[in-house]
Amino acid sequence: MKVKEVKALLDAVVETGEALMDMEVKTACGSDMMSDVLAFVKEEGLLLTGLVNPQVVRTAEMMDIKVIVFVRGKVPSAEMIELAEERGMVLMRTQMPMYVACGELYAAGLVPRK
Amino acid sequence: MAETIKLQFNIDGNNFVDAGAASGKVKKTLTQLGFDPAVIRRAAIAMYEGEINMVIHADGGVADVYIDSDKIRIVLSDKGPGIADVELAMKEGYSTASQEARDLGFGAGMGLPNMKNYTDEMTVNSKVGVGTTVEMIINC
Repeated sequence: MKVKEVKALLDAVVETGEALMDMEVKTACGSDMMSDVLAFVKEEGLLLTGLVNPQVVRTAEMMDIKVIVFVRGKVPSAEMIELAEERGMVLMRTQMPMYVACGELYAAGLVPRK
Repeated sequence: MAETIKLQFNIDGNNFVDAGAASGKVKKTLTQLGFDPAVIRRAAIAMYEGEINMVIHADGGVADVYIDSDKIRIVLSDKGPGIADVELAMKEGYSTASQEARDLGFGAGMGLPNMKNYTDEMTVNSKVGVGTTVEMIINC
């Protein structure tokens, strides 16, 4: 799925990475716990989170995650946007709660490989 | 590469914002040197977990990274409170992290076990009241 399709499905606002809308994402994970993202995410993909602090961007950097979607209307700080920009990442935000945002993407075919 | 590349970083214990900056720099260096992305990912995650641990628990410390073509060795040393029971600290789910650390999304008790999972060798030497040294080796 292309990042622009994610954007449309989640009715999301792009904070940074507008030039990367044609990038493909193959999987996604939803978590507010960066410890779990670091321990359990096997594939590079997209991260949905309601947590807003610079360590979310750092965690994504280490995991080779290029796209972060903030749910529940959370807004990333200027500092986070700058960190993400430097690393060539996409930051988006949606008003949808986590469950709905994950469900929309899953139903549209963004399903982790077995 | 003929000689070992050595990198050293001071990890600031009072700075949750910059925590992870050293790991990011190591990741960048390994990428520039042309290491396999899977190896880079393992080294970056293991070091990042360690770096976060040093900030959360030990008021910072020093990270030494030794890069050879066949292995990456990461040594994290701190003068923190030490770990009373290393075996217990290695158990998944066990955590003594502060509320501040938990608010940042850490403190699931996955750090040390995760570091062990992502590396080929890991040694933890710790003395209560003196500090902790964690040595990790990632074979390439």
